[in-house]
Amino acid sequence: MKPEQIASIAHLARLSMDEAEIPRYQETLASILSFVGDLERAQTAGVSPMAHPLPGLVQRLRADVVTETDAHELYQANAPQVAASLYLVPKVIE
Amino acid sequence: MTLHTRSLAQLAAGLRAREFSSVELTRTLLARIEAHQPQLNALISVTGPQALQAAAAADGVLARGGGGPLTGIPLVHKDIFCTLGVRTTCGSRMLDNFVSPYDATVVAKLKASGMVMLGKANMDEFAMGSSNETSYYGPVRNPWNHKLVPGGSSGGSAAVVAARLAPVASATDTGGSIRQPAALCGVTGFKPTYGRVSRYGMIAFASSLDQGGTLTVSAEDAALVLRAMAGFDPRDSTSVERPVPDYVAALEQPLAGLKIGLLKEFFEKGLDPENERCVRAALAVYEKLGATLVEVSLPNLGLSVPAYYVVAPAECSSNLARFDGVRFGHRAKDPKDLMDLYKRSRGEGFGAEVKRRIMTGTYVLSAGYYDAFYLKAQKVRRLIANEFEQAFAQVDVLM
Repeated sequence: MKPEQIASIAHLARLSMDEAEIPRYQETLASILSFVGDLERAQTAGVSPMAHPLPGLVQRLRADVVTETDAHELYQANAPQVAASLYLVPKVIE
Repeated sequence: MTLHTRSLAQLAAGLRAREFSSVELTRTLLARIEAHQPQLNALISVTGPQALQAAAAADGVLARGGGGPLTGIPLVHKDIFCTLGVRTTCGSRMLDNFVSPYDATVVAKLKASGMVMLGKANMDEFAMGSSNETSYYGPVRNPWNHKLVPGGSSGGSAAVVAARLAPVASATDTGGSIRQPAALCGVTGFKPTYGRVSRYGMIAFASSLDQGGTLTVSAEDAALVLRAMAGFDPRDSTSVERPVPDYVAALEQPLAGLKIGLLKEFFEKGLDPENERCVRAALAVYEKLGATLVEVSLPNLGLSVPAYYVVAPAECSSNLARFDGVRFGHRAKDPKDLMDLYKRSRGEGFGAEVKRRIMTGTYVLSAGYYDAFYLKAQKVRRLIANEFEQAFAQVDVLM
């Protein structure tokens, strides 16, 4: 995998990455991908993919009633920056 | 009066007989934690004052003749379970300052059954690891030999129970994170079937695999705790709506007639001769108790780990997208724009192993690679599941 590819995956994953770190990821990803390359030998023609282990699982619906109370102050106590009950981030729109 | 060497069932009997109080038991174990924590590093947080308060309340319930088998029994929760008002780090710098605003269902249920939380167990960061060396809070040591690892990711939970700092610890398992540290620390690990224990408030790693369970000193203790923590939870969309069987009553079931399947592939290669000798000796005991041994084969078993190496990182990369430095968790200083805020908060907040898995997951899910890796792994997963189903048509359990 080329250094540009590693940088592009890091961008997709929203991870900052120093150039110095890139060779380590090249190495790790190459070894993981070679390990999972074993999957190719499995005969999977006509096999349906299994996304989760619960057969026949359907997403349950609940009655449209209010069950939660307003606890935004409690939740926002963990936020790095809040003002007037709003989460603050650097300016997005010029 | 030695309390810490007793099993949960024995402690429950002692509490009920008023041989000692929950406060006395809690004080004893808090003192053991204080004495052994510097060497073991098995806990991230110790909640002594809250524990003593809960223990006093439990003693009050017991004095009035109330409560159940878990009332007044101390435990430690893996730091992946959200605990109301108590720091919940998941072993990561990302959540170093996170105080949970709610209890996980597992925590709430065990609290309601009268259990007393002593603290939160150390773990591999976001449950990603098999040696407990990826924790932001440093490695956990194996109580039997401090030069060895306890296993992971529930290594702190296993060390807590092995060192008898608590009779039980909660744990989670995605790809062996209860079973493997149980083996490495010589305690009883129980990973229930997916869907049996609520995942609400259990910080997600790979949602189609994650499941909560227990580390205890005996099967009886595991049954006692599981009976209280299992069950349908409308707040978890993958929770199974089925009645919880009486695990404790099932302990008395005789083993005569039980068909034990031996996985041929597990005995073929890579098995340490000493381990094989122990396993064979244990199997001989089961045979003596009337069980029969049947060899079964799962030809695609060898592909389980490669499939896991695709499925788990893929789900991890999606789940960990929630850590953005905006609503909770670590935030980088002086971001120049929103993208810089996201990238540096995540780059600084996550450790090396977590970043490796996010990178792998992002790659296998990215355009052009999805079919070759993720879809293929999901198909292989089906093949393996089918083989397990065929095996269970012939035998009752697999060993």
